[in-house]
Amino acid sequence: MEQKEFIHRQHAHCESGVTSNLLKHEGLNISEPMAFGIGAGLFFGHVPFLKVGGIPATTYRIWPGAIFKRVAKRLDVQIHSERFNDQAKAMKALDDVLATGKPVGVLSSVFYLTYLPEAYRFHFNAHNLVVYGKNGNDYLVSDPVMETPTRIAPADLEKARFAKGLPEPKGFMYYVTGIPSEPAMRTAIQKGIKQMCFFMLSPPFPWFGNNGIFLLAKKLQSYPAKLEPRKAGLYLGNIVRMQEEIGTGGGGFRYLYAAFLQEAGLLLKRDDLLGFSEELTRIGDNWRNFAYSAARILKVRSTDLVSYDELSELLRKCGNDEKALFTKMRKMKWE
Amino acid sequence: MDVNEVPQDEREMSHEAKAKKLMYAVDKDGKYTGVNSVGWEAENLVLKQAWDEIDESLAVTEEKVRKGTLSPIAYFMQKNLMDVALLARYAGKWQWQVKRHFKPAVFKKLSPAELNKYAAVFNITTDQLMNYGKDKQ
Repeated sequence: MEQKEFIHRQHAHCESGVTSNLLKHEGLNISEPMAFGIGAGLFFGHVPFLKVGGIPATTYRIWPGAIFKRVAKRLDVQIHSERFNDQAKAMKALDDVLATGKPVGVLSSVFYLTYLPEAYRFHFNAHNLVVYGKNGNDYLVSDPVMETPTRIAPADLEKARFAKGLPEPKGFMYYVTGIPSEPAMRTAIQKGIKQMCFFMLSPPFPWFGNNGIFLLAKKLQSYPAKLEPRKAGLYLGNIVRMQEEIGTGGGGFRYLYAAFLQEAGLLLKRDDLLGFSEELTRIGDNWRNFAYSAARILKVRSTDLVSYDELSELLRKCGNDEKALFTKMRKMKWE
Repeated sequence: MDVNEVPQDEREMSHEAKAKKLMYAVDKDGKYTGVNSVGWEAENLVLKQAWDEIDESLAVTEEKVRKGTLSPIAYFMQKNLMDVALLARYAGKWQWQVKRHFKPAVFKKLSPAELNKYAAVFNITTDQLMNYGKDKQ
């Protein structure tokens, strides 16, 4: 049945990883960093009044689904995507596409992915993975964050595809139906960079883009005075988890994006991009430094004002450096 | 981050957490490359913190169920990392209904159909749901 063997490659992040693996399968050689950059995946957001499990929401990436869609659009890749109300129909539709030998991207909740280690299985409903075939009843799964391909029982996959909560995947699945003969890499890269700069620098709200970093710095500074110590610790821990623990490739996706800038610079023979990549690597190091300092404070259970003040300063440095870098990048000259 | 700076701090947790994640780092020629990491002190700590919080609050709820001040539904909700809103969504109920079912007196009167529904959400049998906490009294 299978026309071409699906090759599993491990990646840092689920959506850019799935995008890369699906496109490579079709013969379009797009790396994970390239997918992440063209899809303008880098972002920042901190929305104190939007609570997830009682903890203010912080994100280092763009909303789920955006990367794959943008990459497909910018590289002129034809895709088919579908949502379902009926669970049986959704599983049947998946089986039908698999029968043609085509790997399928699937949106899922990590809570029901039995192959993941227990400690990672939270109710996070926007995880992407590839289903590339069946063996008996089991589905063959290429989950980009895993080292090796794996498999899952139909009942578990169905639960994962129809998880409830926010957002609801509703059996969302997608696959590639056609690729361009000559992908327009230069314009795709340009559009990706411009969009990332726009989303970082332009939102006139305090919560999104570069502004969000300064909002978080301000809020963080007030934690010791406003929150009981346990809660302050949980809030701070969550920020570090979002930055380092949730498949970001380190430094809240900053290294992944720096890898994109480098690859783009080499491809387009542009020294300015290579320079920006190095700058972002240093900024990524500063984010790691923030995470490390935060963890040290959590370890000794300190809630003294000085340590939280220092953490805020580290954040502001990241914010200022990113603002300067993205402002330069926004002004780049393109032919 | 340089390739040789990618941390390899093994996770030690009561919950299974072994995984080799891919990190992006710069090699000696300045080129980005993917490197596997078994963990980093900082992220291990915050992951453990999140689970300690879950485990501690679950232990408190377990105690309340045993003493008969909360129904097993409250325990299994937490065990499945759900909150009232999410459980209500899964069970097809209003949040106030779910909260009512936390009361042992109300729980005792639930119909088998309703118990089945909750048990299915928690991936356990109806007996396991009904009898939870009783054996340990």
